[in-house]
Amino acid sequence: MWQGRKAVVLLMFLVLNIGVKAQQSETLIVFAASSLANAFEAIAVRFEAENPDIDIIFNFASSSDLAAQLTEGADADVFASANIRQAARAREAGRLGSALTIFAKNRLIIIVPDDNPAAIMSIDGLAYAGVSLVVAAPDVPARIYTDLVLTQLAADPVYGEAYRMAVIANIVSEEQNVRQVAAKIALGEADAGIVYVSDVTPDIADQVMTIAIPDSVNTLANYPIAITNDAAHSERARAFVAFVASGCGQQILQMWNFIPVRRDPICEDNASS
Amino acid sequence: MPRRNKTNVLVGVLALIALIFLTLPIVALVIRAVANRAWEGAGDSAVWSAIQLSFASTALTVIVTTLFGTPLAYTLARRRFRFKRWVMVVIELPIVLPPAVAGLALLITFGRRGLIGSLLVPFDITLAFTFTAVVMAQTFVAAPFFIRAAQIGFQAVPRELEDAGRVDGADGWTLFRFVTLPLAGRALSTGLILCWARALGEFGATILFAGSLQGRTQTMPLLIYNIIERDIDAAIWTGLLLIGLALIALIIARLIERAPDDV
Repeated sequence: MWQGRKAVVLLMFLVLNIGVKAQQSETLIVFAASSLANAFEAIAVRFEAENPDIDIIFNFASSSDLAAQLTEGADADVFASANIRQAARAREAGRLGSALTIFAKNRLIIIVPDDNPAAIMSIDGLAYAGVSLVVAAPDVPARIYTDLVLTQLAADPVYGEAYRMAVIANIVSEEQNVRQVAAKIALGEADAGIVYVSDVTPDIADQVMTIAIPDSVNTLANYPIAITNDAAHSERARAFVAFVASGCGQQILQMWNFIPVRRDPICEDNASS
Repeated sequence: MPRRNKTNVLVGVLALIALIFLTLPIVALVIRAVANRAWEGAGDSAVWSAIQLSFASTALTVIVTTLFGTPLAYTLARRRFRFKRWVMVVIELPIVLPPAVAGLALLITFGRRGLIGSLLVPFDITLAFTFTAVVMAQTFVAAPFFIRAAQIGFQAVPRELEDAGRVDGADGWTLFRFVTLPLAGRALSTGLILCWARALGEFGATILFAGSLQGRTQTMPLLIYNIIERDIDAAIWTGLLLIGLALIALIIARLIERAPDDV
């Protein structure tokens, strides 16, 4: 009997303790597009070093998943989306508390496994018969940009609508976020995938080969960031957003192959660089 | 207040909380479905192809499981061999294994660079991202439910009956077909229904091993995950269908268990 009571008391203590701890630490919940994972984690390290009282918690997923979660009332302080459409969705649901700021840009690229089983050498290869292509799911920003590229190519008489149809017919899987696309190619499970330039991180760089999409048909992905309407942590949220837009934040984004929006993406703080 | 009454009240309150916690999410889904008139999107082609795909793949899973699982269950029930206990543990592992782990394991085995998958590449056979992969993922996680139930069912058939049949000159197949199978039939049916229900709900292993593509590998649970961000009504509607099917499966399983013994 006593054993049981002790166990119950211990359990309750643990539960309460966790609750208290969560309240004490100055957390900041950041919802960010999965393509931002590495860059934002690096930014968080730097930001937390400068603001030791703030503890950042990330939720990385496709922007469309995050917008859906925000619409359903998920707790968040900052939303960084990979396109404006999903940020606008969060705004329509009344979840944003600030204007959108574009803080980074990105481009699409084709990746193939390092042994390039389908011998894809250029964008033409995506339409070869029998190529297995993995892309992001409909509404995931990476897919919307992909579709834009395909539309551009379809309008080009050299490629035409037949090219677009052939590429779409080659799709074997629509992944829930762009990093899943990159993972499937790094594992060698499909012949090609379409991801952002920044998705070819050091983790997978030696497992994939990249094939450029010509600038003439490529689209520029715009990444907006905004503070949510959860006013509880708005001070911290503003500090984080400001840091992302600062020279330091921009420098880190550039290091992770994003296109910065500032002309001088350099840390002003000389001591740490 | 007497102590016993206090205890009764406490038990009642805790039980009520448990009951509410377990039923409320289902009720909430139904309420939201009614409020949003979720069925209006039911004709959506994505929903319809997911339903077809789910039924086709789970039917195949049940067939494959019966075909290969029954002999295995029978062997486990009737034969003695070394490391039998270990074999049983390994077979049951997928029941408790996180489905994501199952998917990863399948990918590492049957993927293009996998143990078996790499041997198939020269023959131009790719399993990942195919309908076959959906059935394999479902079979991997669901077959143990059938095998376990069938094994218990076979074990419950008295050996004396089989021996008597053998004395009367019945050969192995006749014996199995007319003595063992009817007697274990109830356990086998229950096991198959549970196996089917589990296959119908399969998500983690499928999305990792078979990917998600409408009309090819996107079963109902995958559709919910995929569509929730665009069309929550379609997700809710699909969810309701799955709840209904699961309910039917459970009820049938209960009825079989309770039916009188005159199989």
